[in-house]
Amino acid sequence: MSVTISFRDVVKKYGATKVIPELSLDIKQGEFFTLLGPSGCGKTTLLRMIAGFNSIEDGTIQFNERVINQVAPGKRNIGMVFQNYAIFPHLTVKGNVAFGLQNRKNNKDDIHRKVEDILKVVQIEEYKDRMPKNLSGGQQQRVALARAIVIRPDVLLMDEPLSNLDAKLRVEMRNAIKDIQREVGITTVYVTHDQEEAMAVSDRIAVMKSGIIQHVGTPQEIYQRPANIFVATFIGRTNIIDGTITYASGKYSVSFGAGYQESIQGINEHAMGIHGNAPIKISVRPEEFYIAEDQQGLRAKIVSSVFLGLNTHYYVDLETGPRIEITQESTTDQILQPGTTVWLKANMAKANVYDEQGEVNYTGSVRS
Amino acid sequence: MTSRKKFDVWMVITLLIFASYLLFLAYPLFTLLIKSFVDGTTGDFSLAYFEKFFSKKYYLNALVNSIKVTVGVTVLSVLIAGPLAYIMSTVKIKGGKWIQILILISSMSAPFIGAYSWILLLGRNGVITNFVSKVFGIAMPDIYGFTGILLVLTLQLSPLVFMYVSGALKNVDHSLIEAAESMNYTGLRKMWKVLVPLVTPTILAGALLVFMRALADFGTPMLIGEGYKTIPVLIFTEFISEVGGDDGFAAAISVLVVLFATSVFLLQKYISNRKSFTMSALNPIEPKKANGLWNFVAHACVYVYTAIALMPQLYVMYTSFLKTSGRIFVPGYSFDSYRSAFSKIGDSIYNTFVLAAISIVIIVFVAVLIAYITVKRKGAIANVLDVFTMFPYIVPGSILGIALLVTFNQKPLVLSGTIFIIIAAFVIRRLPYTIRSSAAVLHQVNDSIEEASISLGASSMRTFFKITLPMMITGVVAGAILSWISIITELSTSIILYTGNTKTMTVAIYTEVIRGNYGVAAALSTILTIITVLSLLLFFKLSGKKEITM
Repeated sequence: MSVTISFRDVVKKYGATKVIPELSLDIKQGEFFTLLGPSGCGKTTLLRMIAGFNSIEDGTIQFNERVINQVAPGKRNIGMVFQNYAIFPHLTVKGNVAFGLQNRKNNKDDIHRKVEDILKVVQIEEYKDRMPKNLSGGQQQRVALARAIVIRPDVLLMDEPLSNLDAKLRVEMRNAIKDIQREVGITTVYVTHDQEEAMAVSDRIAVMKSGIIQHVGTPQEIYQRPANIFVATFIGRTNIIDGTITYASGKYSVSFGAGYQESIQGINEHAMGIHGNAPIKISVRPEEFYIAEDQQGLRAKIVSSVFLGLNTHYYVDLETGPRIEITQESTTDQILQPGTTVWLKANMAKANVYDEQGEVNYTGSVRS
Repeated sequence: MTSRKKFDVWMVITLLIFASYLLFLAYPLFTLLIKSFVDGTTGDFSLAYFEKFFSKKYYLNALVNSIKVTVGVTVLSVLIAGPLAYIMSTVKIKGGKWIQILILISSMSAPFIGAYSWILLLGRNGVITNFVSKVFGIAMPDIYGFTGILLVLTLQLSPLVFMYVSGALKNVDHSLIEAAESMNYTGLRKMWKVLVPLVTPTILAGALLVFMRALADFGTPMLIGEGYKTIPVLIFTEFISEVGGDDGFAAAISVLVVLFATSVFLLQKYISNRKSFTMSALNPIEPKKANGLWNFVAHACVYVYTAIALMPQLYVMYTSFLKTSGRIFVPGYSFDSYRSAFSKIGDSIYNTFVLAAISIVIIVFVAVLIAYITVKRKGAIANVLDVFTMFPYIVPGSILGIALLVTFNQKPLVLSGTIFIIIAAFVIRRLPYTIRSSAAVLHQVNDSIEEASISLGASSMRTFFKITLPMMITGVVAGAILSWISIITELSTSIILYTGNTKTMTVAIYTEVIRGNYGVAAALSTILTIITVLSLLLFFKLSGKKEITM
């Protein structure tokens, strides 16, 4: 039934350019795995290599023990959901869903029963005799999903399946997809550029850039301990501040400049490679800055504010130069006016510290 | 994927079609080229045919005549149909939808029927000529020669420009016009600075089509030209003439014509590539009700043009019901003409249907495959196929006919006189309509639809027949109807290739007109027109459009 997918030094070339250089990755059985990254990062290319629509120039992709490099797409036993759904416009909902079963020489009663069952699972049984043009975007999405999973594939592949839906339907559908995936338990590879969507549906996420996987982890790991500055800035919002790390009497502390210093726990000396002082980049998310009532910390001046109900966002200019963003829970008090001076402190338990190039995370035991 | 792609079913199909094009298009044209450079008796290389052509005033005259006719028709068509399309797109004309259909109908009939009808109307003994001279005592200007050809071909071909320009104007967003007006560009200045540049590429494309058709037309100058010889007439007479017919010389002229047509074609492509852009209007220009004088002028222009364009067809239909005595029309009405049409040359109706039906079956089959290969299976061979399908556009029908005849009248493959050679010519010449219309639909089909089918375990053949073909079927049928109409109304190839068994309706009409059997010719023309109109109406019904792209 459901399989593990292993990538071993997989290479994709277009002409002489390597768009994916030697990529290795393991996707567990029954896992909801997401490839996340900006457009052009190679995530769809990789998905289409699993599907068999893109060739594999080097390395292997395996479903369990079976190498599938040379297996025709139709023989890989995959179910695929396309960005534009690719619903056959001349077939009814039932006809679309039954198509894959008919290719598999099932008998008529079997097909009928399986189609009815799956239409119930995706909750479109009342539309089974409709033509696709009479369906809404969300309903078409459900047809595409039903068509892909009714054949009981080893692997379910989804290429940005929600990008054509409006915001509200997107949230509804991603919950539906998550529930259905859990119900049928198929190993699923999901491609998206929307980090919020990725976090909402995935068991694990691989963040990709330029064909290279930057970080693989659970949504929580990726958000809280991003492997490098690219991941930190791509997932959620963050402020990157130049600073230094110093070692004194068995403790590390981080200096933000202008005399503001905080001690920090859990520095990974192995990752750091040196035992002592070094220039660093500090990543602090907007919500991890708080305004210090004691007038200690980083001095900053409010530039502008955006009231968003639950939170209020402020853009502030630090005394040391850079402009950063901070988020405060909205209060009934007045919003801070531009020009007001405030003192900021960072919650160091959640901050991340990187080397000067932003490539290595010194905080915690993360690996990319 | 790459390793599988090397040798699949589609590769085999592509190679088969490619081979057929080589055999039935490239090879004949090449034979023609060789013939033009080889002395007919000695078999040596010789430029004698070309010397003959350029040294005799008689031949050069035909060339000059052809250029005069072609340029004249093209310019007039643009000048008449361009403004007409503008009027129809901006002013609400009463019965506009029907007018559009009528204009289309007038363009889809065989041009030589128009020629012969104008002779009946404005010829030496024409109805209008006689009427004017009796009532006003004025002699009408001579319709024969240059004037007649110009009149007939302009009326016949200007609808093409009309269709093209109307289509382009539909894609002009109304806000462009409003933007121009907001910057104080109004009236003619607005038209000249905004509208004309926007539709120029389309006008050029339409003009090219008119140019090629006018250059290749054989029936019209043959009937109404009298002494005014054009190149197609020259080629025909040189090739067919019973005394001293000369294949080699006809071949040499053909080569010159194809060279000329190709240069014009490439020039047009070059210019329009530099000027082209894509438009699609969110809110297209809508025809609005006009007031006062402009409204009257607009209506008058449209109605008068349509009436003149349809007059020959209607008059031919009228004469088909006249009583005849021998070859002369006599007072009173009867079905005599139809009776003798069926009894004397009923075979030609049967032949037309059989030949056209067989051709259409082949065309649909091949066009579907070619459209699929060129749109979805791009590659070196597919690109060459794409170029091959353009050839019928530049090679006049009579020249293709001659090329096929000189190629296939000798061993190892003797086809001359058989129905195969006519079918081959029909298929090659009329394929493009169906290919283009099928390809247009196919372009709309997203690649992921096929991938979806393949990922669900369907083979590439099953995917094609179960998914792709059903999705392109409307385009295929619409294109096939156009191919069908253009086959049953075509004369220039069949007049060269026909024999007793393969005489088509157009050839029959043509020979009856030459013999002066106007009644029978009119009856046959009427039947042909009715079939054409019915086919067109079916086309409109199926495609849901009121326009044709060629």
